[in-house]
Amino acid sequence: MSLPSTEDIVDDLSFFDDWEDKYKYIIDLGKSLPAFDEAWRTSERLVKGCQSNVWIQPGTEQDAQKGEVLTFAVDSDAIIVRGLLGVVLAAFDHKTPQDILDFNIDEYFAQLDLERHLSPTRGNGLRSIVGRIKNIAQAAA
Amino acid sequence: MSFDVAAIREQFPILKREIDGNPLIYLDNAATTQKPQCVIDALVEYYTTCNSNVHRGAHRLADEATRHFEAARDIVKDFINAPKREEVIWTTGTTEGINIVANGLAALLSAGDEVIATGMEHHANLVTWQQACKASGATLKTVPVLESGELDLDAYQALLSAHTKFVAFPHVSNALGTVNPIKEMTAKAKQFGALVLVDGAQGAAHRKIDVQEIGCDFYAFSGHKIYGPMGIGALWGKESVLAEWPVWRTGGEMISTVTLQDATWNVLPYRFEAGTPNVGDAIAMGEAIRWLSALDREAVEAHEKALLDHATALAEQFEGLTIIGKARDKAGVLSFVMDHGHPADIGFLLDRQGIAVRTGDHCAQPLMARFNVPGTARVSFSIYNTLEEVDALFAALKKVRSMLA
Repeated sequence: MSLPSTEDIVDDLSFFDDWEDKYKYIIDLGKSLPAFDEAWRTSERLVKGCQSNVWIQPGTEQDAQKGEVLTFAVDSDAIIVRGLLGVVLAAFDHKTPQDILDFNIDEYFAQLDLERHLSPTRGNGLRSIVGRIKNIAQAAA
Repeated sequence: MSFDVAAIREQFPILKREIDGNPLIYLDNAATTQKPQCVIDALVEYYTTCNSNVHRGAHRLADEATRHFEAARDIVKDFINAPKREEVIWTTGTTEGINIVANGLAALLSAGDEVIATGMEHHANLVTWQQACKASGATLKTVPVLESGELDLDAYQALLSAHTKFVAFPHVSNALGTVNPIKEMTAKAKQFGALVLVDGAQGAAHRKIDVQEIGCDFYAFSGHKIYGPMGIGALWGKESVLAEWPVWRTGGEMISTVTLQDATWNVLPYRFEAGTPNVGDAIAMGEAIRWLSALDREAVEAHEKALLDHATALAEQFEGLTIIGKARDKAGVLSFVMDHGHPADIGFLLDRQGIAVRTGDHCAQPLMARFNVPGTARVSFSIYNTLEEVDALFAALKKVRSMLA
């Protein structure tokens, strides 16, 4: 499956006025992410959070229009974090390094009213993942 | 005396808070308890009326602050039935108390000596002994944890020998709630002449403590887990042991005489209290203990047991939930995992419903590995929780289960 765009996610989430529906959407997004190879759950790919863990495997692909784009396979042992990773990937997956560097993730999360998940105190590894993706983009730019 | 939970709740202003429109249900009491108004007032009162440095000022405020500070030490002494006030050392909390002991122990041990801890330790009561052993060449042995969440006491007996110099165990497991037979375990260690430290972080709020009856050498606990402020705690140690125990931090207050090249140490308890102590928090911790001690402790214990029993009964009927830790004697804690959903998911979705629990490894990674879980969701009770809150927790868990299925 292909991920929804950031615009789709903003639209979809603004439609819900109930927190349960909103988080069910995020949980479903997490479930719809491509399966992450168990063998990839290694320490080099791990971003350890104090409550849950996140794994990330970066790659590159050639895109007919954009040229070389960065790809990311991700996983978390917590399903809500996995869903939030889907929200993050909508912004970063299959994007050029410059697009990734130009994207304001804080503003995007604030727009979704999910900014507290990016707070360093949550201990879910999400903020570190964003940092790691930005670093990979920086190195490739 | 009787116990009126509504009257207790009235004394805790934070319990009036709402989270996302839901009344706060605070079930993270093993992490820290909330504070009654009298403790908050004691802090404000200290800074409003008599803030000053203790023991050394030649003025009224210093006299008053010193009097309140030392009176709080007496309150701690009575709370744990310590024989002498000099044996009560102010610390920043349980962790510092254990570190004071571990720091000295490292200097006293040598290769061939053995230290025993358990497989259910909070990291504060494990990593400290690991480091003391590494520094001294001693060996650390650990008592295994049974499937029930109780310690394997036969294995403990078998580990004890003439080489055993020091034994440490928790009064109550922070992750499982297991109440350990600390008196019996201490007696066994004493047959081999070992020193014994009890990590009382989780015990002090739930059980009456009598260090003389336990027979241990050290008992460490924190103020913030017994309704007092954060950043203050107490280490009790037997005078006969502490008087010769290697000093820990050096500086002002802990010295007797100082020349440019040398120093001699002050008497107990000051030899372990270098620098300006945390006067305001010590006084407020004293107030917290005074407040708790004025209650009918047996009624409080019965109330907390009723909460745990009710929660355990509901958990046992709850499909898809597994309780981690089913010791016969438990205090304050229900730890669990669910078939669908990581503990972090459970914690988040409960928080969204106004219910505060702790999720994760509870600073007890070896114990989580023992039960082969990444962590647990931990519900922990206190004096002000109600049976209705337990019911609300399980109603909220139903929602969690349906969302994560």
